[in-house]
Amino acid sequence: MADKPNATKNVLIVGVGGQGVIMVSKVLAQLCQADGHDVKQSEVHGMAKRGGGVFSHVRFGPKVWSPTIPEGEVDILVALEWAEGLRWIKHLKPDTGTFIADCQKIVPPFACRNRKRGAEPAYAPQTPEEIIDQVHAGYVMDATGMAANLGNAKASNTVLLGALSTVLEFPEDAWQDIIAGTVPPKSVEINARAFAEGRAWAQGGEKRIDVTASGLHKAHSEVHHPQVDTVVEITAEWCKGCDICVKMCPERCLRLNGQLKAELALPDLCTGCQLCSWLCPDMAIKVTNTPITEPAE
Amino acid sequence: MSHAQRQETAEPTAAGAARPMTGNEAIARGVWEAGCKVAAAYPGTPSTEIMENVAGYPAEDIHAQWSTNEKTAMDVAIGASFAGVRAFTAMKHVGMNVAADALMSFSYIGVNGGLVIAVCDDPGIHSSQNEQDSRIYARFAQVPVLEPSDGQEALEFTRAAFALSEKYDTPVFVRSTTRLSHTRSAVVLGAREDQTGRAFHDLPAKNVMIPAHARRQHGVVLERERRLTEMLSDSPFNRVEPGQGKVGIITSGIPYTYVKECLPDAPVLKLGVTWPLPDRLIRDFAASVDRVIVVEELEPLIEDALKAMGIAAEGKAYFPREGEFSPEIVHDGFANAGLMDPRSNAAPFEFAPMVRPPVLCAGCPHTSCFMALRALDARVAGDIGCYTLAVVEPLKSIDTCVAMGSSIANAVGMAKAGTETKPIVATIGDSTFLHSGIPPLIDAVYNNADITVFILDNHITAMTGGQDHPGTGRTLRGEPSPRVDFFELVKSLGVKHVHKVDSYDIATMQQQLREAVAHKGVSVVISDRPCVLDPVKIKGPAMEVAQESCIACQACMNLGCPALTWSEEWHEGRHKVQIDPDACIGCSLCAQLCTSHAIKPIAEPA
Repeated sequence: MADKPNATKNVLIVGVGGQGVIMVSKVLAQLCQADGHDVKQSEVHGMAKRGGGVFSHVRFGPKVWSPTIPEGEVDILVALEWAEGLRWIKHLKPDTGTFIADCQKIVPPFACRNRKRGAEPAYAPQTPEEIIDQVHAGYVMDATGMAANLGNAKASNTVLLGALSTVLEFPEDAWQDIIAGTVPPKSVEINARAFAEGRAWAQGGEKRIDVTASGLHKAHSEVHHPQVDTVVEITAEWCKGCDICVKMCPERCLRLNGQLKAELALPDLCTGCQLCSWLCPDMAIKVTNTPITEPAE
Repeated sequence: MSHAQRQETAEPTAAGAARPMTGNEAIARGVWEAGCKVAAAYPGTPSTEIMENVAGYPAEDIHAQWSTNEKTAMDVAIGASFAGVRAFTAMKHVGMNVAADALMSFSYIGVNGGLVIAVCDDPGIHSSQNEQDSRIYARFAQVPVLEPSDGQEALEFTRAAFALSEKYDTPVFVRSTTRLSHTRSAVVLGAREDQTGRAFHDLPAKNVMIPAHARRQHGVVLERERRLTEMLSDSPFNRVEPGQGKVGIITSGIPYTYVKECLPDAPVLKLGVTWPLPDRLIRDFAASVDRVIVVEELEPLIEDALKAMGIAAEGKAYFPREGEFSPEIVHDGFANAGLMDPRSNAAPFEFAPMVRPPVLCAGCPHTSCFMALRALDARVAGDIGCYTLAVVEPLKSIDTCVAMGSSIANAVGMAKAGTETKPIVATIGDSTFLHSGIPPLIDAVYNNADITVFILDNHITAMTGGQDHPGTGRTLRGEPSPRVDFFELVKSLGVKHVHKVDSYDIATMQQQLREAVAHKGVSVVISDRPCVLDPVKIKGPAMEVAQESCIACQACMNLGCPALTWSEEWHEGRHKVQIDPDACIGCSLCAQLCTSHAIKPIAEPA
């Protein structure tokens, strides 16, 4: 570990389920093994397939003990998704670690749950520029965009392998041979081109950010959304107590009262989304959002 | 995993070759090399791939099958052992709870053909409901437990376990953990042993556990344990690695690799068998050092045994009793014990990572079921499967989840308690229902419980990666087999109110559930649509949101569908919604919920 020399090289590959994290780590592990290294590759299955984060540790050297990489000991972090890269970045070696990331975002539904006016997705706000300043070497590339231009966005993991190949000392043909033997026969050619493109891009310097990245991670919208006063009016005579609004309110702030009429029980939770009003078959609910006039300076 | 993929991952490679294998692949190879003839299992993370890989070896070498549950699988293996061939079963740790009934008696009986049980624990609870330590089961059943530390040992220990089983007339555990099962390393392969079957042992005093026989066999078991204890002090399973210093480490399994990572030069007693413990070897090792530190994941099984032997062992004072170990945790433990400097925590990045919980897939047929349940405002007893994910927002509709098959009888108990004002619903998947849902459903009918059972039939064992079961019409090797008809099965148990409903028709689904809940007594609703991932990945034409029509009401976002995110456009201060066409499979649930008819299939280009 940190206080003694260790010839083991540590590569951590991270992303989201379905992106091909395991393919990247299998290619690397096979390459290392063919080169005569002891190799351990460790991943955790299970929930990963269902849109959660996926990570795979690849360690190689004369003799590898632990299957997992200790925190702060990662030589190269390969992130197939931007926020997943940020999740693991503190595992990089502070002085010598290399960060390779696809700048594309995969925003989970969990990040789009706030119905308050002006709410932005709860996605990592850090920009490539501020991250790359803090790592020893870093490549933030539009791997998905490059792969899509070649005809298949799914080959983004091979683009990243191309970038990874510039940091490790294995010959280019060895990479290409193992990739060709790993991917389905019909996508051998596109993966070969994706690898070459990723490799060529990363040879352009030790700290590079693709222009697309800056566009994708621009500061949140400048649009101003005035706060509003929300009034929910329910016409009791028209309400037949069908319960639809109560059951479908995303904030669960409505209920049926003793007379089986809908009422706003928890006004503080109401975001003024109007869903109840749109769903009410009896047009008994009216939601009014009045902008609050801000006092003049 | 499809049948074709299985063939690809486990072809019988020639002996002598080294190839990268996960711990699970290596265990499967060990089973095949040992000349095992019959193998049975029920899928369960992290053990599932063992049986999938066993099925990659030729059918004429080994019969491999999915069983309906772990006890059934154990009993199939026991039957094969009775019949004189080597037999194998694999399960996750909680599967052992199901299989334990048969195990406890079979320990008394012993084997004819060798019987090996691979049990995979899940320290850290990556995909389970608890993190119990299966070594305690081995001690409880008084059978040996082997703990490999890497892929090579996984193969060799598994193969050797069969011989050990036959020599000592005992079932044998091979214990793995998630980390070993799912770590790939180079494994040198061997050839398959030629095992000619033995004849059935016509010995009722050994094979039939009536009280008189069992009393005598208990003594045999105790004597067996004494003989094993003596043998294990000289066995190659356990080894002393001499080192520098007077602090000796006793460890086993995956923690051994962390010990070597942290203290490569310390004297180590590596235990390949953690029950029974090699008394003489441990005493000699302890006498050779000033301090003994035990490094073991989960329970202090070794440490407590050492203390009972009168050895002043240290262990859980420095290392946690819960969670998965890592090189960092073992380093911290050694630092606490004064053997290492504390780790430097100079992480330059200080920000909280974004939350990305696992979700039901885009188009998952369970989505509409839980949307409807949420709207029903029912008290829902959940079960084990992908659908446990409905415990979180936005579907947030299950209230309890205990163990495989628990939901139905939990619902019976809730109903009989008489305290619940909400309708009571049990949700259970097709595979889980066949595993252990049928007896409780009979129980519910028998005792006239006022509950609704919602069978979520997605035609596969989905959570573990898509395994066949008796409801799919295919066996583990992909051969056709009779298919359980859930509708007829449920009717035959005496349920009067049974309805089948299309999971992609949310209005009918909700109506069927309302009617079922209104029915007095047991009612059953069966939702019917295949899993979108297995056995074939379903991908229909994607839907799109017409941005000019979207009023940002976010009703579709209540589905929690991973294909739905916010677009850059706004309506009255809220983001409009967009659909990722690559992720969308065209199930149309969002379109059915849309309040402004803004969601339609992507128009074909003219």
